[in-house]
Order: sequence, then structure tokens, then C-alpha cells
Amino acid sequence: MPRFLSAKPDARLIPLPWSTPLAEWPTEYLIALPRGISRHVVRFIRVGESIYAAKEVIEDLAVHEYRLLHDLKRLGTPSVEPMAVVTGRKATGGEPLDPVLVTRHLQFSLPYRALFSQGVRGETVERLVDALVVLLARLHLLGFLWGDVSLSNVLFRRDAGSFAAYLVDAETGELHDQLTDGQREHDLQIARTNLFGEFLDLEAGGILDGALDPLTLVDSIENRYRELWRELTGVERFSGSELHRIESRVRRLNALGFDVAELDIRTSNEGQTIQIQPKVVDAGHHSRRLMRLTGLDAEENQARRLLNDLDTFRFRTGQQQVDEAIVAHQWLVQVFEPVVTVVPPELRSKRDMAQLFHEVLDYRWYQSQREFREVPIAEAARGYINEVLRNLPDEAISTEFQPIDQSGRQLSNPYDPSAGFADENEQAPYDPWEDGAEPVAEAAGPFGGFDIEALRAKARQADPR
Amino acid sequence: MATVTFKEATRIYPGGDHPAVNKLNLEIGDGEFMVLVGPSGCGKSTSLRMLAGLEEVNAGEIHIGDRDVTDLPPKDRDIAMVFQNYALYPHMTVADNMGFALKMAGVAKEERAKRVQEAARLLGLEDFLSRKPKALSGGQRQRVAMGRAIVRNPQVFLMDEPLSNLDAKLRVQTRTQIAALQSRLGVTTVYVTHDQVEAMTMGDRVAVMRDGVLQQVDSPLALYDAPNNLFVAGFIGSPAMNLIQGKVVEGGAQVGDYVVPVPREVLAKAGSDATVTLGIRPEVFRLAPDNQGVAVDVAVVEETGADAYLYGTLSGLSEEERLNAQQIIARISSRQPPQRGSQVRLVADVGQVHVFSNTTQGRIS
Ligand SMILES: Nc1ncnc2c1ncn2[C@@H]1O[C@H](COP(=O)(O)OP(=O)(O)OP(=O)(O)O)[C@@H](O)[C@H]1O
Ligand SMILES: Nc1ncnc2c1ncn2[C@@H]1O[C@H](COP(=O)(O)OP(=O)(O)OP(=O)(O)O)[C@@H](O)[C@H]1O
Ligand SMILES: [Mg+2]
Ligand SMILES: [Mg+2]
Repeated sequence: MPRFLSAKPDARLIPLPWSTPLAEWPTEYLIALPRGISRHVVRFIRVGESIYAAKEVIEDLAVHEYRLLHDLKRLGTPSVEPMAVVTGRKATGGEPLDPVLVTRHLQFSLPYRALFSQGVRGETVERLVDALVVLLARLHLLGFLWGDVSLSNVLFRRDAGSFAAYLVDAETGELHDQLTDGQREHDLQIARTNLFGEFLDLEAGGILDGALDPLTLVDSIENRYRELWRELTGVERFSGSELHRIESRVRRLNALGFDVAELDIRTSNEGQTIQIQPKVVDAGHHSRRLMRLTGLDAEENQARRLLNDLDTFRFRTGQQQVDEAIVAHQWLVQVFEPVVTVVPPELRSKRDMAQLFHEVLDYRWYQSQREFREVPIAEAARGYINEVLRNLPDEAISTEFQPIDQSGRQLSNPYDPSAGFADENEQAPYDPWEDGAEPVAEAAGPFGGFDIEALRAKARQADPR
Repeated sequence: MATVTFKEATRIYPGGDHPAVNKLNLEIGDGEFMVLVGPSGCGKSTSLRMLAGLEEVNAGEIHIGDRDVTDLPPKDRDIAMVFQNYALYPHMTVADNMGFALKMAGVAKEERAKRVQEAARLLGLEDFLSRKPKALSGGQRQRVAMGRAIVRNPQVFLMDEPLSNLDAKLRVQTRTQIAALQSRLGVTTVYVTHDQVEAMTMGDRVAVMRDGVLQQVDSPLALYDAPNNLFVAGFIGSPAMNLIQGKVVEGGAQVGDYVVPVPREVLAKAGSDATVTLGIRPEVFRLAPDNQGVAVDVAVVEETGADAYLYGTLSGLSEEERLNAQQIIARISSRQPPQRGSQVRLVADVGQVHVFSNTTQGRIS
């Protein structure tokens, strides 16, 4: 009987066909959504309205990843939410099956392969890369050594004009109080290799903008990471007459989306030189502020955009002296809500609401420019919905079956992009290594295949004395 | 090719109260396959990263060949770190999947092709080079992953748990292939694992670590036959060595109503200790023909082919003692397996009983 390890059990998971290897589950339980490549068998499963990702993986790693994802959530990191580990699975014949790690499908998330679908613009790639760099720096600030940084192991969500990256694969992760430079360097080396491979793969598949060069891209990732890290943690020295530089540093960090919780300031005895170093910085400066003022949950750049609109509202209504929280409430009721409530229910799964509001603001700006007038927000919202939103693909989850890969070719397995294209089916050549595959019966032995007699025999062979 | 030497190498993490790697002394021969093994957190990965130049060495030195590399950046060390990750890219050919890291390193096209061809020959993958990886079996994928490391042509390979995410069958198959390949290539290799079975089957020598301290480094058989201390004795071997408390008495160590014979000069090394630990491998135990031997209550007998494993506890324990008592395991012939619930007597040859000091934890026999 399978066992469920879970902090928030979903009873609807229990009757699923756990005694079947995940790769053989009947399609009635599955939903084909775009996703990244993977070594393990990964499937999206649907129970009622909810969608989960299921990954078949050996027990130690399943439990390890479940716990780490929990810790990451607790620390407020953008990552997928672990739901359960299903252990003790047995096939109907009695042979044991690997456990399954279940995570909640991240709504509105876009795996990088889906983002590259319509052939991708250089600018978009840069933004994806930026999002990945920010995620990596955030993880490193928390003391998380990732061990497998790659595009396949993150999910992207739209974040105003850019993207926010979420961690999806924590299998190789380790959490410490603080990482050493060497540990960060290690992650960076891994990132370089993996991303270079992924870009080459997109290039080989004909879906990378010809103007983009994989090597330049990975170099820029490394440089941006180093720049960001320096800004987040670096020591800055200046003379006592330049005290404004303390404030400038904090503002720069805020602009990057980070709050400074602790700033270490040291002065020389006579106060001639000052040295500052941020000690604790937290990501989410704007999204926290938006949450505090309006209760809205948004990505960092969306929050920035919404807050700007809020500031404009405050100015326009002449309420600079009024308490910010009161104005925020007015803005929510008079501006934000009217926009989102006019969205017909059937279109709501195309964009999350903060993103939609951002896009309406963009739409209004262009329309106002075109028509030389200040277009009211409600009017812009209607125009956006009819002219833009209706024609966008669903992004919460694409409910249609998607047997087609981005390049327009048929996937050989609609549930698994790692398996390549259907039109590449060819006879595999004879492989003597596989044929004479080593006897592996010992693996099944009671003691993990430990065989001292075999070791002694091997030693005698090597040294016949 | 090169030797690798750790000299008193030490790493203390910032904020750590004790070293993650503590005065490590280890000499790895040219072409040797050295496995670092130990429980989680004992400092294996840290040691490896120190060698790779990815972790500061707070004290001591690290040499590769006759070069002191302690302060050299990673790229100047001529080593290849093999990651756990071996994602194969579906749009790229097997050849490109093997050689792409060389491209990133700026190796010229012809040279790349040559090295990929050579690695493919070693790995029996020549016929696959121009294919896409999608149809590859798990084992073939592992070989492509090995190919990625081989084409880099380094002086030293570093591998950190490369098999940890494989299922049992593929793990056994791959570890045999890695070991065979390494001995053909003759490239010095440092391999990290927490799995002692993997360590014992793959390594020319195995270094056992615990809490940042090297416990013993030896050939697999030497570790098995002459463990230096109680930790190594309990860690190496599966099923584990029986570790039994004995009271020091005239002529040996008393366990229950039986005195296990221990040579006088060995007992002398126990100093003033009242007890010693006896270490007896399960296969060394025999059922005593007479009433002489350690009395054991049989809990379970498991037959596995020609052999049977007997699991039990020492006889004559109180109920409470029994609950906490270490399980005794003996491998016996399955011809006349004892009944569960019965009492048996087990003996071992004097020469095959390991004796450990309870004060120093060290071996005294
Ligand atoms: N909770 C989730 N929400 C949305 N997508 C998900 C989720 N979990 C997994 N995926 C998708 O499935 C893909 C594979 O998952 P994952 O990376 O965990 O598998 P893996 O086999 O461990 O990969 P790797 O080969 O990198 O170790 C991801 O790239 C992602 O696109
Ligand atoms: N950045 C860090 N700060 C503090 N302690 C750390 C840091 N990184 C690792 N450690 C600690 O150092 C010790 C050795 O870690 P290391 O990763 O080398 O062990 P390991 O033997 O490889 O373990 P595992 O088998 O779990 O990978 C552990 O106690 C670990 O928690
Ligand atoms: Mg992954
Ligand atoms: Mg490790």
C-alpha cells in the first residue's frame, strides 16, 4: 500500500493508479502541458480543478527535495510548492516502484521552451536571463546551493515587461547558513555549462534567434550575476563628506527590488572614512509594499508598475498629504477593481490579474498617444479585452492537448519533450555493451549488492600471489 | 596524469565551530581510483571542492603532481569535475552532446571532433554519434555522460556522487562501467560517495571519513579485513560487522556465560579498561558443535540460496536490555537452519575476532 508524506494532504490524490509506473498512466489522469526536459519521468496530473506535477524519483531524493522545497517556501523563495511524496509503491506483480514527488503546478508559469515558441527575440532572452540571475542571487543570499542551475529547472512567470523566475528542481540542493564564495562559484560553473548546452540545443532546433550567440549569452549571465552580487553584498568605502552614498546604496538596492534589513556601517576613528556593507537584504521590496498597502499579491515588477499607478492616482487626486494606506484603498476600489471585474470569466485564465492590469496600462498609454487624449482606464480595459486578451493563448494552464513542440514538429511523446520528435524514429544500431550488459542480479541482493567473495576474487586476479 | 596530495588540508566554514575537513593527509597515486566515503556531512564534497579550487584551504596544502595548487584558481588546475547532471539535449546529436563543453572552452572544431571520436570509441558509441539521444537507453545515456568528462582530457577526474539519482539496477551497471573505463584510461580519479558498497566495488583504495577526519585509507579488502577502529569496522561491510561488548577476564572477553578467547598480548593493550568491543563478521561465525560459544536467541532465519542469515540477540538479557541490544547476524549454512525462537551457540576462530579498545575506539588485535 502506498504511503503519503504530506503536510497538506489532498485526498483526491489517494485513489490515483500508484501501482502503475508513471510513464504508463492512462491519459485520463494526465494533461499535456509544455515543460522542460528532465531525466526522470515527469507528468502533469489532473485531479478535479487542480493540476499537479508528479516526478518518479528514488526515495532519498524525493524526500530530500520535498523537505528542501518546504524550507524554500518557508523562506519566501519563489519555488514550486511541494504537496506529497508517495512511497511504498508496488506494481501489480509485486515489484517495487520508485516514489513519486508531487508538487503543485505553478499557475501562469511558462517553461523556457514554451517562451521560445514563436521564435524568440533577443530582448526576451535577455529578460529571461536577468530573471534567472536574480533568482540565483536570491537563493545564494539565503545560503542555498542549487547544484543544478539550468533553464529547465526554472519556470518563468510574466512580470510586467519582464519575467520572474521560480525554482522547480531542488533535487541537488543544500541549504546552509551562508554559502562560501567557492560554493557560489561552483553553482556558477554549473550554470554556465547547463545554459550553454541549452542554448546550443535551441540553436540546433532552429528556435534561437540567429542574432544570439550562446557563448555571449552565458558570459553575460556570469557578468550580470557578479554585478548583482557585488551590489547586494559588496563593501563600499567613501569619505566622511559623502554620507549621501549610504542613502544612494539603499535606493539602488530598492530599485533592484531588494530591501536592506541590516546595513553594516563602520567609520574610522575620526570619521574621515566610512565603510558600508549590506548584511541582510531581502528580495521583494515592491511586492511587499504593494501587499502591505493593497493586499495584492504580485511579482516584483508588476508591483512596481502598480505602485507607480497608485502614486499617479494620488497625485492626480491631489491627496499627497493623505495617509498612503487610505489612498491605496481608494485606488483599489476606483481603479484596479473596475478593470479586473470587467474581464469575462472565460478569459481569466489568460493572464493573472496583476499582469493584466499592467497590460491594460500599457494599452492605455499607446491609445492615449495615438489619439492625443487621456483615455479613461475603464475604456482602455474594454479595448484591451476585446482587441488583445481575446486573442492571447491560455497561460494558466493550456487546456488543449499540445502534441506539437514549439518548432511546429510533432513530439514523439506529447507528455515528454525529452523524448524528441516523432519524425526521428529510426532503428537503433546494435550495441554490444547493452547486449552483454553486466549481470546486475547482485543489485537485488539483500545487502545492496555487497559481495566480499567477489571482491576477494577480483583482488586475487589483480595480484595472483 | 598526476598524483594528488592533501597535506594537513583543513577547511573551517565561516561560523563553523569545528573543521568540515580536519588536517586531511592523503596521497593518491598516478592513475589511481580513490574513493572518499563516509556518512552525510563528513566532509567529502568539501574535500573535493578544495581539490577543485572551489573551496578555500584554511591550513595545509594541496598538490597535483609536483605543483602546489593550494592557491591556484580552478581553471589552472587541469581537473574535470563531473557533475551529477547529465541532461541530454534532444535537438543535438550524441556527438554534440558529448563535445559541447569543449566548444565553450574554445577548443577548435577539429580537435573537438577528434576527442569526441576517441571517447566514443572507448565507450562503444561510435555508431550513435550522428544520432539524436532520444532513443538511448538509460545505460547509453550514462555512457554519453562519461563521454562528456573524457573529452575534457584532464589530469584528474573529480566525481561527486555521480550515480546518486539512478535506480539500483542502472547504478550497478554504471559503476562497473565507470571503474572499467577508469582503469583503461588510467586517469587519476577522486570519487565521492556515501555508499560503502559503491566505494568497495569501485575503488583501488578507499578513504573513510567521519566528521571531517580521515579514519583509514586502504584497499577495500584491507579495510574489510583489518579495520583501524570501531567506526570503520561498523561502516564497512554489509551486513555490518557484529560489535559485541565483552568483559575483560583471564584468557579472553566474557560475553554472557562464554569467554571468547583473546590472546594475552591483545588484552594487555586494553590497559585498565574493564570491557572491550569484539568485532566479528557475520560470515565468520559458525554454529558451535558443542555447548561452547556465544549464546544467541534466534529471532529470524532468512534463507538466500546456499546460505542463510540468522538474526538474533544475545541470550540471557533482561527484557529491557533486549530492546536496546544490538542485533547479532550470522551467516550459516542453510542445510539445517535453526528454528526461530531457539537458542544457538556461535563461535569464531580466534584469528578472525577483531578486538577494539573502548577508550580509544582503536583496534588492538
Ligand atoms: N510544479 C510544477 N509546475 C510546473 N511545471 C513543473 C512543475 N514541476 C515540474 N515541472 C516541469 O517539469 C520539468 C521537469 O521537472 P524536474 O526538473 O523536476 O525533473 P528532473 O527529472 O528532476 O529534471 P533534471 O533532469 O533537471 O534533474 C520542469 O522543467 C518543469 O518544466
Ligand atoms: N557554507 C557552509 N557553511 C557552513 N557549513 C557548511 C557549509 N557547507 C557545508 N557545510 C557543512 O560542512 C560539513 C561537510 O559538508 P560536505 O558537503 O563536505 O559533506 P559530505 O560528506 O559531502 O556530505 P553529503 O554526503 O551529505 O554530501 C557538513 O556538516 C555541512 O553541513
Ligand atoms: Mg530538472
Ligand atoms: Mg556532498
